[in-house]
Amino acid sequence: MNRFAELLDRLSYEPGRNNKLRLITSYLHRAEDPDRGFALAALTGALSFKHAKPGLIRELIAARSDPVLFALSYDYVGDLSETVALMWPSSLPLPSGERSTGVAQRSRSGEGDLPDRTELTPSPGSRLAAQADLSPEGRGEERRRNDPTPTLTDVVTTLATLGKAELPAQLARWLDELDETGRWALLKLVTGSLRIGVSARLAKTAAAALGDKDPHDVELIWPGLAPPYLELFAWLEGRADKPVNRDPAPFRPVMLAHAIADADFGNLDAADYIAEWKWDGIRIQAVSGADQHGQIVSRLYSRTGEDITNSFPDLLPSLRRPGAIDGELLVLREGRVQTFNVLQQRLNRKTVTSKLLKEYPIHLRAYDLLSDGENDLRTLPFEARRGKLEAFIAELDDPRIDLSATIPFDDWERLSAARKDPVSAGAGLDADAVEGVMLKRRDALYLPGRPKGQWWKWKHDPHIIDAVLMYAQRGHGKRSSFYSDYTFGVWTDGEGGDVLVPVGKAYFGFTDEELLQIDRFVRRNTAEKFGPVRHVVHAPDQGLVLEVAFEGLARSPRHKSGVAMRFPRISRLRWDKPPRDADRLETLQRLLD
Amino acid sequence: MSPTPAYITGMRPQDILLPVAAGLCCKPGGFHIDPVRPVERAVITHGHSDHARPGHGAVLATHETLDMMRLRYGENFAGSTQAIRYGEELRLGDVTVTFHPAGHVLGSAQIAVSCGGTCIVASGDYKDAHDPTCTPFELVPCDVFITEATFGLPVFRHGDAAGEVDKLLASVKLFPERAHLVGAYSLGKAQRLIALLREVGYDAPIYLHGAMEKITNYYVGRGVPLGELRAVKGVKKADLAGTITLAPPSATSDIWTRRFPDPVTAFASGWMRVRARARQRGVELPLVISDHADWDGLTKTIKATGAGEVWVTHGQEDALVHWCTAQGLRARPLDLVGYGDEDGDAALASSEAAEA
Ligand SMILES: [Zn+2]
Repeated sequence: MNRFAELLDRLSYEPGRNNKLRLITSYLHRAEDPDRGFALAALTGALSFKHAKPGLIRELIAARSDPVLFALSYDYVGDLSETVALMWPSSLPLPSGERSTGVAQRSRSGEGDLPDRTELTPSPGSRLAAQADLSPEGRGEERRRNDPTPTLTDVVTTLATLGKAELPAQLARWLDELDETGRWALLKLVTGSLRIGVSARLAKTAAAALGDKDPHDVELIWPGLAPPYLELFAWLEGRADKPVNRDPAPFRPVMLAHAIADADFGNLDAADYIAEWKWDGIRIQAVSGADQHGQIVSRLYSRTGEDITNSFPDLLPSLRRPGAIDGELLVLREGRVQTFNVLQQRLNRKTVTSKLLKEYPIHLRAYDLLSDGENDLRTLPFEARRGKLEAFIAELDDPRIDLSATIPFDDWERLSAARKDPVSAGAGLDADAVEGVMLKRRDALYLPGRPKGQWWKWKHDPHIIDAVLMYAQRGHGKRSSFYSDYTFGVWTDGEGGDVLVPVGKAYFGFTDEELLQIDRFVRRNTAEKFGPVRHVVHAPDQGLVLEVAFEGLARSPRHKSGVAMRFPRISRLRWDKPPRDADRLETLQRLLD
Repeated sequence: MSPTPAYITGMRPQDILLPVAAGLCCKPGGFHIDPVRPVERAVITHGHSDHARPGHGAVLATHETLDMMRLRYGENFAGSTQAIRYGEELRLGDVTVTFHPAGHVLGSAQIAVSCGGTCIVASGDYKDAHDPTCTPFELVPCDVFITEATFGLPVFRHGDAAGEVDKLLASVKLFPERAHLVGAYSLGKAQRLIALLREVGYDAPIYLHGAMEKITNYYVGRGVPLGELRAVKGVKKADLAGTITLAPPSATSDIWTRRFPDPVTAFASGWMRVRARARQRGVELPLVISDHADWDGLTKTIKATGAGEVWVTHGQEDALVHWCTAQGLRARPLDLVGYGDEDGDAALASSEAAEA
């Protein structure tokens, strides 16, 4: 448990994706079965047990500490699990040599004022794990005999079967046995608040790296695996064959498009391509299949393979026909596609209320068919798959699922016109939710990743405004020595004339060279510092104008300006432009109407 | 030095030492301890800039503390100086003064002031944990113990520093293409960290930020073995992959760091025990290594001195005073201001500017 805790601890501070990967892979390499399997389950969110309530944790610490000292400590630390982890009375003597020997010869191992812990009994968890023989090579057992601290396996297997009444005493025993970091990780785990910035996808990628495998392959077999993933590790370490995915509704790695540039069209023949709208929703895969009892199992996956079924229960009844649809989740009201801002209300919700389902009815717009019943269609050309998709959707005949329409065109000019005016090119009243067009080769097989020359996305040109840099903040990780997060504003009427009002934040879009230039500008033109934030000089004739590109604008009562930008990024530095010539808030407000 | 009850002489502890604006004033001895303003006669516990300030008439301190003040402030940092050894007894006015190791940094001392059978120990900053770079903390039995409370909350338990050094070395091993940049106060913490690294057998050269060089060389000159040290200035970026560099904390998040290949930012401090503190500083590898006593160290020491009265200063006074009271000890916070900013951030800022 302590080793897993060290990993979580390190991950919680590490901002870089590649470094996170390295940390996880290194842990999986060093840790033993089945511990590492349960760790992988914890990181991918595959562990499930009843969570302990904060009230229980409070009771445990209250029985072991002075209430005034606890209150002062909690106030200082600010997090319950962490406070308890840090101030839990320690039962382990410190290693000799740590404390110095002054004239008083005092040594901390005496600990006369702490309760006597010599009668520690082994936790039931270790016995349970031993009986279950989850450690085939016995390596874990070997270690456990010399080490009283619970393993992650002890914790997970015990929690799975532990009665509610036994939880407090068991938790207390574990807290006695673990060190500060171990206690912190345990409390985060049992209270279900393990947030360390690692996605399931990242954890699986780290596992794949253990055996130099393609993360897609791990993703493919994943639904058929269960913690502690012994067969997965056996395969990754070359000790066994690849596990077979027996899941009736597996995820298939997604095919993605390249952004098209003007120069690309010269090499492309319009006749080779089919075009359709690029809808501004959430790309998903909806998969249904029959299990061994003939029951239909349906799942929704994000484009990275995360199971998001539970967020969209309203779509499940429509997925009764075995197959795998590649499509876009949208919100439809009275037959009209709503903008992404509306769809956003359905995202990242902990609970899906019936009110939410009613106000934001979900819809699937189908782009592609990857399997039809038992038949894998991915090796067919797109045009053939499209035919199968049309038949599939027609037979399904469900109001919640429809076909993504194709755009008729003979040459690039016609398509360009359609892209500029989706309303009259067939998108009609749904045009607000169109973010461009997609081009797919008629003969393109469904290939995972971003294969060259097969699919292209041709997005709308972004909105562009000129805004003034107002505040700059230090970045994280590699950028921690750079002022790389910028708040920018536009002019509006103030009491004593024009004033700048912040309209957004951006932290990418610029080149490394531009970053250096802005950083230098920020350091030389700082009016005030507030902690990590610098107030950068911004007056009508003094300051830096940033050209900001963004995808859309929504009303936002939370922002002083009343607007919120979608996907803003710095597209150009306008050293040539005095701040007074930057855009005004009215320009943005017109975009809203 | 067996303490005589104060009632025999009728001298109350506050008649011997009293907190005033300039610091802790000893009227019968005619001096101040660690004064924050210039005074005629100063008695100084250790060389950190919040305790050892320039501009006093006469300064009494250990040889090392005087040297450190000289290094920082120049030859004329005081009108006159007098060095005192650990255990040496000195009569000042109506009181007797002795210095005892505080285990905080090289030359750090607790100052015992005795008068009419009452003994007060002003411990300055202290720690009771292992530190190969200074004389270990010595327990001084007394009637009144003046303790710091920098880490005066039960959440601060600093554990074994060797474990934190292992953590650093494990990271260096895992990321051999990156540089490890460790923020550490330049007086005491930096040298202790180097010594701890050497203790576990790390024998590669350790790189130093310019602001660390003088004081580290001084330690070496005083016979503290620190192995091969190199100035980081002028070293090629690629050559810093897989190395460890020590720098003042404020330098680890500024332009200066751009000379390192994809640096891992570490910080060695007792504050790193609390995650919010580490995050606030943008630290990627917090190392819980403290030169102050942790909660267990503070409470153990207070008990062991046998003092019936405890004065608590700089830090989390409330919690420690509460604990003392619960133990049946008389305790009060000393409202002293001006302590707690160890290394003097202003000094750092200027060295940083010079480096940048
Ligand atoms: Zn100090």
